[in-house]
Parts: sequence; structure tokens; C-alpha cells
Amino acid sequence: MADDSQRPSALREGAEDAARIQITGLTKRYLTPKGEVFTAIKDVALAIEPGQFCSIVGPTGCGKSTTLAQVSGLEKPSEGSVSVGNHVVDGITNGVSYMFQADALFPWKTVLNNVMMGPVLLGTPKREATDLARDWLRRVGLAGFEDRYPHQLSGGMRKRVAMAAALINNPRILLMDEPFGALDVQTKAIMQNELLQLWEELRPSVLFITHDLDEAVALSDRVVVMTSSPGSVKDVFDIDLPRPRGNVQHIRHEDRFLELQEQIWESLKDEVTRAYAKTAGAAA
Amino acid sequence: MTTAATNHVGTHVYPKQNPVDLQAAARRGAQRRRLWIWAGRIGVAVIVFGGWQLFTELGWVDKFFFGQPTQIWEALVKLFTEGTSFGSIWENIWITMQEALYGFVAGTLAGGLLGILLGSNKYLSAVMGPYIRIVNSIPRIVLGSIFMVAFGLGMFPKALLAAVLVFFVVFFNAFQGVREVDQNLVANVRVLGASPLQVAMNVTIPSAMTWIIASFHTALGFAIIGALVAEVLGAQQGLGLIISQAQGSFDPDTVFACMVIISVITLAAEYLIGLLEKSLLKWRPPNRSEAASI
Repeated sequence: MADDSQRPSALREGAEDAARIQITGLTKRYLTPKGEVFTAIKDVALAIEPGQFCSIVGPTGCGKSTTLAQVSGLEKPSEGSVSVGNHVVDGITNGVSYMFQADALFPWKTVLNNVMMGPVLLGTPKREATDLARDWLRRVGLAGFEDRYPHQLSGGMRKRVAMAAALINNPRILLMDEPFGALDVQTKAIMQNELLQLWEELRPSVLFITHDLDEAVALSDRVVVMTSSPGSVKDVFDIDLPRPRGNVQHIRHEDRFLELQEQIWESLKDEVTRAYAKTAGAAA
Repeated sequence: MTTAATNHVGTHVYPKQNPVDLQAAARRGAQRRRLWIWAGRIGVAVIVFGGWQLFTELGWVDKFFFGQPTQIWEALVKLFTEGTSFGSIWENIWITMQEALYGFVAGTLAGGLLGILLGSNKYLSAVMGPYIRIVNSIPRIVLGSIFMVAFGLGMFPKALLAAVLVFFVVFFNAFQGVREVDQNLVANVRVLGASPLQVAMNVTIPSAMTWIIASFHTALGFAIIGALVAEVLGAQQGLGLIISQAQGSFDPDTVFACMVIISVITLAAEYLIGLLEKSLLKWRPPNRSEAASI
């Protein structure tokens, strides 16, 4: 960008710019086994500024996860493009981490080895990777659990391991697909606070899929509402709550929070109803 | 024991139990259950073998055809003290074990590798799928005759038959294991920058390993069956040969004695595989293997 040349640190500028996500005219179609064409998302256009926390909400099956898969480079768009930094995504994007609802941990690896995977795959020497992983486990409050296996941990602890594993490579982009969807309410709130804290430290750009409007508003700088299938961007809301947000359980009761949440729900409501009518119609 | 006293109002009052007493009672209960299980087990053995001995002694069952426990014991002693006409019993056991072992290793390696390969390549599996199903449906034990004709009476055709039997067991499990790999895990490491080889080494193979190891128990049984059947078909040494000779001379006791030897070997090998399984799959949550509980 032209005005970026005014920035003092060229290095920092490069790093920031590299974390910009630009989605233009993104369309993804799938061939169903029956040979029909299914359009998952259509003409999605979205820009995420470097270091921004952006949530995507939308009715079930509207293509939120599909959008994320195109950004990560796991899938190729049918039309349109995703650019990360100044590069059009083609193949796996560098510096991206993914977090899923089901914790994608290796059940046969210890907690330490799970967290180490990221640096090891990048070719970091084993000792360095171990030290880094230990440090990250300490940061997510799991020091002393290095030698446990995932099945020996609680759901919240497994989430923390997944979080450490996702953040250890210091990604410029963090893609989160309903990461806390399966957690109980209390654990969820704790995890949200911890995520915010870690995000403040590292400031990756975040694309966060959720069904929980409270979660979306509490965490994000920007909330994107998607239409029912085929998904496209319906509305974008800027969340002007001050940062750092502090405890997500407290800001839930602020007037501005409720106001924003109300607006987003107004926008989302119709889509949810439409999506529901469609699935109900299909079932009948 | 919990004894309920009745007070003057008529409601039950349970005496307070202290934890030490409760624990002791629970231990006693568990011990009693174990005792009963063992009593039952010994009872079953006594009834089966005692009944066998009794019926053959009374002449209700002809011991000429069906053997007799005491005679089987004598045959066993004879096998170990006097040996056989094909060398000592230890020599013969060793031959059969070697055949089964070679067959097991070769079949496991081939089945595992091909299973992983076909499981991870859709095109290959689509092309080879029907052929594998066809080969699987033919009675492979008959291949033993062909191997015998082609490769003679040595150890190789026996190991080969054992390997063929083992192959399919391991192959199908490896194939299924690769198919069941958690796609989230694959996506996760791919995003972290793993090459296809790294995905295979870090996700596909370890994950299929659970399935492959689960097939080892069945595969081991097949390896021993393969070696034995091939020996029965024609051999110069081995337990299968002893069995077929005993059959020829109407000696059921020696056949049973060989069966005893084979089952002892199989149980020992099963135990070793159990140890292997435990050390390789120590990451697994306990109580997943139903087979282990019996």
C-alpha cells in the first residue's frame, strides 16, 4: 500500500502487511456424489486488517468453514481469490494455524510432543523445539503435564494444548473453526479470556467462526454476518468496545455490548430462519 | 455388613460406617469374587477332562478314536523323552515356529505396506479393490498344495502359505486404519507445513498402527495354522508332519499331544504380542480392547 511507505520500521511494516487477508469474489462449488453442483459460498468479499480479530457468524451450513479452508489453502477456490499479504493463496499458506472444534491432537503423542509438532515440521532442531514447547505449555498453564497423553486431560486442558500447538509457530494468521463450541459454559469463558490474552501478546490476524453471538462480540474487532446457503457476506459490524476487553463475562452486561449484539442478531435472524425453513423443507 | 437397627420411633437407623471398615469389606468382597471365579474355572476343567477320562474308561466313548487324557499325557511325555522318528520334539517345534514366524513377519510387512499404500491412494485402491476381493474369496489354504509342488518340501513353502494367510488379515486392517484417519489431524499438519511424506509418517501410519496391531492376534493364529497345514500336506520335519504321521498310524493321543504343544506355543506368542501391543499403544485410554478382558 502506498501510505505504508511512511511507516518508520520497514520490517514491522512488512510483517504487518503480510498478515492482511483480502478475500475477493470468492466462490466455492462442490460436486455432490450424485453429480449435482452445490455452491457453498458465493462472491464472498472481505478484508481483514493485520492483527484484527474478525468473527464470522451465520446459519448452519452457510459455508463458514469453507471460507476458512480457502484462506488456509487446504482447498482451491472455484472463482475469485484469497490474498494473504500480497500473495494470492495457491497451496498451503505460510504462517497459518488452524484450530478446530474437535481438538486435532495426536492421541499417540504426549502433550509436549503435540505442541512440538509445529516447530519440528518447520525443521527446528529438536532441543530448541522442546524448549519452545515447554515454554508454551507454561504460558497456557499446563506446566507439569508434558508427559501426559491427550486422553488423560480434561476438555479444557486439551483445548489449551491445541491453543499452544496453534500459537507456537507465532502464526500471522489464526483460523479458528468454532474452537470452543464443545466446551461447557464456564470453561468456554476461561478459554476466551486466555485466547484474548495470548492474542494481545502476539496479535495475529484472526478469523473466528462461531455460533455464539456473545462470543463473537466479546472477542472481535469486527463481526461478519453471512447469509444462508450459498453463503455470502450480508453485514459487517465493527465492534467499538475498548481494548483490552478484560473479562469476557463482565463486558457481557455493558450497554454497548448488548446494543451491538442486538443489531447483529437482527441481521442474522432472517438468515437463520431461512436456513431452518430450508432444512425443515428438505427433511419433509 | 450393614445391619439396620430400629429405634423406638420405628425408622431405620444405619450405624455409621468408618471408611477403613468399608474398604476392608470391599476388599473382602473382591477377594471372594476372585475365589469363586477360580473355583468355577477349575470346576469346568475337572468336568471336561474328568468326563472325558470317565467316558472313555467306561467304554461309552471309544478311546481308540477319541483318545484319553491320561494317554495324551503319556504321549506328551513320550514325545519329549523319546523324541520322534524325525528328530527330537524340540527340533520339530523349532522348525514349525520358524516357518510361522517368517510367515508372520513377511505377511505383516507386505499386508501393512500394501494396505497403507492402497488406503492412501484412491486410484490404486479403486483399481486393485476387485482383485483383492477375488483373491480373498478363494480358499487360500489350497495354495499350500501348489507351493508344495513348486517349492518342494523345505521350509519356504510353509512360510509362504503362512504369509499368504497373514497378509489379508493385516492388509484389510491397515487399509481400514488409513481410511479412518482423523481428517482434522491431516488438515492440521498440512497447514503447519507438512509434506505428504511427513503427513504419512506423523499421522497416517501411527494412526493406522492401532488397527494393524489389533490384527496381530488373529494374524498370529493364521501364521501357525498356515505352517501346520503346509506341513501336513508334505514335510520332512515339523509338528504338522508328526500329526499327519500319527493320523496314519491311528494314534489320536499323539495328535492331541501336538495340539497341546501348539496351544502352549500360541498362548506364549499371544502373550508376547500383548506386551508389544501394550508398549506400542500405551497412549490409548484403558479398556478399549475388548479382547483383553477375556
